[in-house]
Amino acid sequence: MPTHSPNSLRVALPENWQIAGFGLYIHWPFCAAKCPYCDFNSHVAAHIDADRWKRAYLSEIARIGSETGDRVLSTVFFGGGTPSLMNPDTVADIMDAVRNTWTTANDFEATLEANPTSVEAGRFAAYRQASINRVSVGVQALNDNDLKALGRLHTVKEAMSALDVAHANFDRVSFDLIYARQHQTLAEWRAELRAALELSPSHLSMYQLTIEQGTAFGDRFRRGKLPGLPDEDLGADLFLLTQEICDAAGLSAYEVSNHARPGHECRHNLMYWRSGDYAGIGPGAHGRLSFQDRRYSTETELAPGRWIESVEASGTGELSRQILSEEDRDLELLLMGLRTVEGVDPRRLSKRHRVDLRNESLLDLEYIKLDSDRIFVTPRGRPVLNAIIQELVRQT
Amino acid sequence: MTDLAHIRNFSIVAHIDHGKSTLADRLIQSTGTVKDRDMQEQLLDSMDIERERGITIKANSVRIDYKANDGEMYVLNLIDTPGHVDFAYEVSRSMRAVEGSLLVVDATQGVEAQTLANVYHALDADHEIVPVLNKIDLPAAEPDRIKQQIEDVIGLDASEAVEISAKTGLGIPDVLEAIVTRLPAPKGDRDAPLKAMLVDSWYDSYLGVVVMIRVMDGVIRKGDRIRMMKAKAIYGIDKLAVLKPKMVDIAELGPGEIGIFTASIKQVRDTKVGDTITHEKKGCETALPGFKPSIPVVFCGLFPVDANEFEDLRAAIEKLSLNDASFSTEMETSAALGFGFRCGFLGLLHLEVIRDRLEREYDIDLITTAPSVIYKIHQRDGTLMELHNPADMPDLTLIDHIEEPRIKATILVPDEYLGDVLKLCQDRRGIQIDLTYAGSRAMVVYDLPLNEVVFDFYDRLKSVTKGYASFDYQMTGYREDKLVKMQILVNDEPVDALSIMVHRDRAEMRGRAMVEKLKDLIPRHMFKIPIQAAIGGKVIARETLSALRKDVTAKCYGGDATRKRKLLDKQKAGKKKMRQFGKVEIPQEAFISALKMDS
Repeated sequence: MPTHSPNSLRVALPENWQIAGFGLYIHWPFCAAKCPYCDFNSHVAAHIDADRWKRAYLSEIARIGSETGDRVLSTVFFGGGTPSLMNPDTVADIMDAVRNTWTTANDFEATLEANPTSVEAGRFAAYRQASINRVSVGVQALNDNDLKALGRLHTVKEAMSALDVAHANFDRVSFDLIYARQHQTLAEWRAELRAALELSPSHLSMYQLTIEQGTAFGDRFRRGKLPGLPDEDLGADLFLLTQEICDAAGLSAYEVSNHARPGHECRHNLMYWRSGDYAGIGPGAHGRLSFQDRRYSTETELAPGRWIESVEASGTGELSRQILSEEDRDLELLLMGLRTVEGVDPRRLSKRHRVDLRNESLLDLEYIKLDSDRIFVTPRGRPVLNAIIQELVRQT
Repeated sequence: MTDLAHIRNFSIVAHIDHGKSTLADRLIQSTGTVKDRDMQEQLLDSMDIERERGITIKANSVRIDYKANDGEMYVLNLIDTPGHVDFAYEVSRSMRAVEGSLLVVDATQGVEAQTLANVYHALDADHEIVPVLNKIDLPAAEPDRIKQQIEDVIGLDASEAVEISAKTGLGIPDVLEAIVTRLPAPKGDRDAPLKAMLVDSWYDSYLGVVVMIRVMDGVIRKGDRIRMMKAKAIYGIDKLAVLKPKMVDIAELGPGEIGIFTASIKQVRDTKVGDTITHEKKGCETALPGFKPSIPVVFCGLFPVDANEFEDLRAAIEKLSLNDASFSTEMETSAALGFGFRCGFLGLLHLEVIRDRLEREYDIDLITTAPSVIYKIHQRDGTLMELHNPADMPDLTLIDHIEEPRIKATILVPDEYLGDVLKLCQDRRGIQIDLTYAGSRAMVVYDLPLNEVVFDFYDRLKSVTKGYASFDYQMTGYREDKLVKMQILVNDEPVDALSIMVHRDRAEMRGRAMVEKLKDLIPRHMFKIPIQAAIGGKVIARETLSALRKDVTAKCYGGDATRKRKLLDKQKAGKKKMRQFGKVEIPQEAFISALKMDS
C-alpha cells in the first residue's frame, strides 16, 4: 500500500500525486540523425551495445522498484532520442521487468515514440508483442520539402505507410506535427492540417516550431540565417486556426498542443500535467517522487556514457535528488496543470493565498475561470498562457 | 626633500586611445617604481569603470625616481589627468600644478579634438611641451605627416618629437631623457612662507579625505598646523606622503614637490580645489589665484527601480558625493516614480559613470530620467527661474520667454564624413561658426544648443563618422529660443519621467520618434496601450501597442518542469526591473533608450 501522511487527512484529498497516478519514463538517448530544431538529450552513436544498455535499464527498474514496488503503475513511456531504434527484444525484457516489479493499472498504457521510416515500422508488430499498446509517431510535416528542412530522414509516403502499420498493430496511435515553420502561410497550414485530419487520427500533437538555444536552428537564427519564421501575430493566427479546424473535426485540444478524441488522451502525459509521480530512468531523465509529505525532484546523468558507467559502477544512474519547496511544488502544479483544459484544483496548492486566483484583469478578460474546485485557462487565454501564469504567481 | 634643479613636474595630454595610460605605465615600470610582479595595466586608473572604459576620470599622481644620463638622480612627478571633455575642468587645474607636458599623438591617427582641447589647457598653463609620437611600430604609422600636422594645427615645433611605442617599450628611455633635458625645473623659495596649491582631494575609506598638493614656496612637515586660505579652516597634518603610486611616508615636502596629506578632514566638500595652503602662523600674505568651482550642466533624476531601495540610494549617493564634489544632488518626488534624487553632472559621461557606480558598487537598480540642462525661465512678473527639471515647468501663461544654454563645439573629421557631420549639426539646430582644413581633415566649429548635445550627440557623431571624428566643447552662454515641454502619455497617463524640453519646431519629430521607440521598448501587455506625445493638452504623436497575442510554451512534459519553473522564477525577477505606471509595466532601460535618436 502507498504510504499516507497523517496530514493528507486534513484536506479531504488523497496524497497529491495519487490523483494523477504513477508513471515510468524510460529515456533512450540515441537517434539516427540529430534534427536541427531538437534540444532533447539525443545522440548519434556508431555502435550501441544493446545487451549492456538492457542490463542498465533493468538495473534501474530494480532500483526504482525497491522504493516504489508497492504502488500501482499507470503508465510507461519510452521517449528519446528515438526509441523505435531499440531492439524489440530489449523492449520486451524491459516490459517484463516492469510487470514483474509493479502491479499495473487496469487501463495500463505503454507508449513508445517512433519515427516513420520503413525499417522502424517493421518493428511495430514486435513492439506490440512486447506489450507496447500505444505509439506516438514523429510525422512532423506532410510535405517533403519541409521534412527535409526539418532534418527528417523520412518522406511523406513513408510516413503514411508507417501510420498504416501502426494502426494495424495498435488501437491507440498518435502522430506529431510541427507548424509555424519557415515561410509557412495560414493557407498552407490549413491545407496540411486538413490532410492530416483525413487520416482520422484519434490523437494528434501539434507543436509550434520553437527555436531553442544550443540547437542548429538556434545557431542559424542567431546568425540571421533562419528567415521566414512567423512573427507573434502570425503565430497567434496559426494557433487559433489549428484550434478552429481541430474543434470542427471533433479533435479538440485537451492541452496546449495536444488534441484527442474523448478517451484517447495520452494517460502518461496527463499524469505529468496533473502533477502525478513519475520515475525517470535513462540518461538525463527527470523524475518526481513523493514519500510521506515530501516531493523530490530527481535527475540522472545526462551523458549516455556517464550514465551507463554510473549505473554499472554504483548501481544508480541518479545524479541528484532534491526536496521541492512548497513554492516550487505550487509553481509546477500551475505550470503543468494550467496547460490542460481541465485546469488545477486550487485546494492542491500548499500556499494558495500567494496565488492570485481572483486576478481581476484576467477574469475580466475571460482568460481564466474559477469554479469551486478548479481554476482553468479559457481557450481565449490559452495563447498567452505564459503571461497568465506570470500574472497569477507574481506574489509567490 | 629634493632641490629644485632635480625635480621635473609634468602631465601627459592625449586624445582617448592614443596611449596616455600605456605610456604612464611604461614610465613607471622602466624606472622600477613598481616591481614587474605588481604591474597591471592602467596602473593609475584605480576605479573599475576607468579600466573597463579605458578612460581616466580622477586625476592621480606618481613620483618616479630616475637616474638620468648625466648621472644625477631626478624626481619626476607625473600628474595623470582625465581626457574626456566632461572632465576638462579637472584637466585645466591639474595642469596648473606642473611645468611641462608630454603631448602624445597616435602616429597612425594624428591630432584629434581632445588633443587640441587639452594642449590648449597646457599652453594656457604656460607649459613647455614635448611632442611624443606613439604607436610608431605600427605599419600604418606616418610620423612625418603627423609631425607636419602638429606644426600646422597646433603650431608646435615637432622636429624633435620623440618617436615611441608605449606598447613595446621602444623609445621610453628617450622620453625620460626629454623630460629631464627639455622640461623646465620648477621655481620656488624654500625660505619663504609656505604656499601650496590644493590640486585634488578624494575620500579614502581608511584614511578619510586625502589632499593632493603642490608646494610652491616654503616647506610642509608632518604635524604642521596649516590653514586653508579660502576654506578658512585650520588643520593639523596627520600624514604626509608621496605616491609611488603606493603611499610612501615622507618627512617634508619642499618647493616644486608634489605629495599628499591627511588631516582629519571629514568631507571632500570641506576642501576647495585650487585653494592655497599655508601655515597657521607666519603664513603667506597672498593666495594663489585659485579656480572657479566646476558647475554641473546636465541634470537627471535617479530613482530606485524598487521603491523600497530609496534609503539605500540615499546612503549610496551620500557616500559617492564624499568623493566627488562636482556632482550635486537634491531630493525629488515624481508622481510616477516616487522618491528619488535630482542630480547634476559635469556631462553625460560623468552621469553614466556615477550611475554605473551606484548600480555596481552599491547594487541598486536605477531608473534614469531624461537628462536636461538648466533653462532660464523669464516669467511675466519679471522673476527669473532656473529650470533643472521639466516637471517643474511653470504654467505657460506665466512665462514670458525661455533661454537655453549654448556651446561652442569643435569637431575634427576626415573629409569624407564632413557632409554627415554638417548634417548632424544642422539637425541639432547648430549654427556654423568656422570650417577649416588641415590636410585631409576638416575642423568644424559650431554654435549648438547644449540640450541637443547632452544626450546622444557624441554617439551619433561616432556612428556617422565610423568613429573617426573627435569632439570637444565649451559653454558659451544663454540664448532665447522657442522651447516647449513635451509630455509622454502611456495608457492615457502622463509619465513625468519621460517629459523633455524640446524646440517647438522639433517637437513633432522628437515626439514621433519617442512614441515609436517606446512602442518597441514596452513589452506587449494583455490589453492594448496607447502611447502619445503631447504639448500642453495637444497630442502631437500617437502609437498603439497591440495586446499580447501569443506567449505559450509549445512543449512541456515531465522533463521540462524543472527548466520551466526556473525560467518562471527568472521572469519574476525580471519583472522587478520594471516599473508599474497605472496598469502598464515599463522596463528600466526604456527611460534612456526612448530618447536616443536614430538620425
